[in-house]
Amino acid sequence: MYAALWRHLPGPRWARALQCLLLALAVVAGCFLWVFPAVSPLLPFTDSTVGP
Amino acid sequence: MRVRRVVGWAGEVLVTLGVLLLLFAAWQLWWTDVAADRNQAAIVQNLERGFAAAPVAPVGENGIPAAIGKNGAFAVVRIPRFGADYARPVLEGTGRPVLALGVGHYVGTAGPGQVGNFAVAGHRTTYGRPFHDVDTLADGDRVVVETAGTVYVYEVTSREIVRPWQVGVIAPVPGSPGDTPSQAVITLTSCHPKYSATERYVVHGRLVESIPRAQWVPSTWLAAPTEG
Repeated sequence: MYAALWRHLPGPRWARALQCLLLALAVVAGCFLWVFPAVSPLLPFTDSTVGP
Repeated sequence: MRVRRVVGWAGEVLVTLGVLLLLFAAWQLWWTDVAADRNQAAIVQNLERGFAAAPVAPVGENGIPAAIGKNGAFAVVRIPRFGADYARPVLEGTGRPVLALGVGHYVGTAGPGQVGNFAVAGHRTTYGRPFHDVDTLADGDRVVVETAGTVYVYEVTSREIVRPWQVGVIAPVPGSPGDTPSQAVITLTSCHPKYSATERYVVHGRLVESIPRAQWVPSTWLAAPTEG
């Protein structure tokens, strides 16, 4: 998977490394901003209210 | 060769999922605190500015100002046991988005200072964890609720640990649903044990003083408790 990604990225080695870094940062940002906030309510660990 | 490739891919996918799970734990346990602390401090600041500036907004029958501010915040709660500078906003409602912004007031329970039960919920962990140290509260500890016109001082009277469906703790007379209240009390609920949702830590208190804002002297009431 990652080997295929590396092969398909254009440019010399340093450019590919930079693109990989940017991709990783984009994934982390996407997770923090959208994915994790959407997943968290499905888990019960932080419920603090009483209710029926 | 084909099998090796498939196994290699599967391994990479699993490692990636593992890293994402760790990232999720970091987000939930660390980042939500960072973000919520910032948000909640800003809401408190906003409220305090509003309290100081505007004429006191009329309070509805339910004890909540008719026109509540940004995010539905209407009061600031201060608990000296949690630190001299501890201040968190109180917002109307106890939904998830609300509790990420501060302490949530159970809709339908009494307003601050009113006869009945002013019941609020707050996170024990994550999202700024306003009630992280709720288990350190001792009898006589003060819970101060600041509103636009009046500052209400409650004193802790009891604690209990209940299951999440035991809604009697937020009844007008805690523990006696259906009874007509004659006293103004406060109830804090939070999760228990920490990082779990199996039980709720509940703290009850009673109103001991209502002080008009003009006569409010913070140092008199917000001194940290010495014992305990």
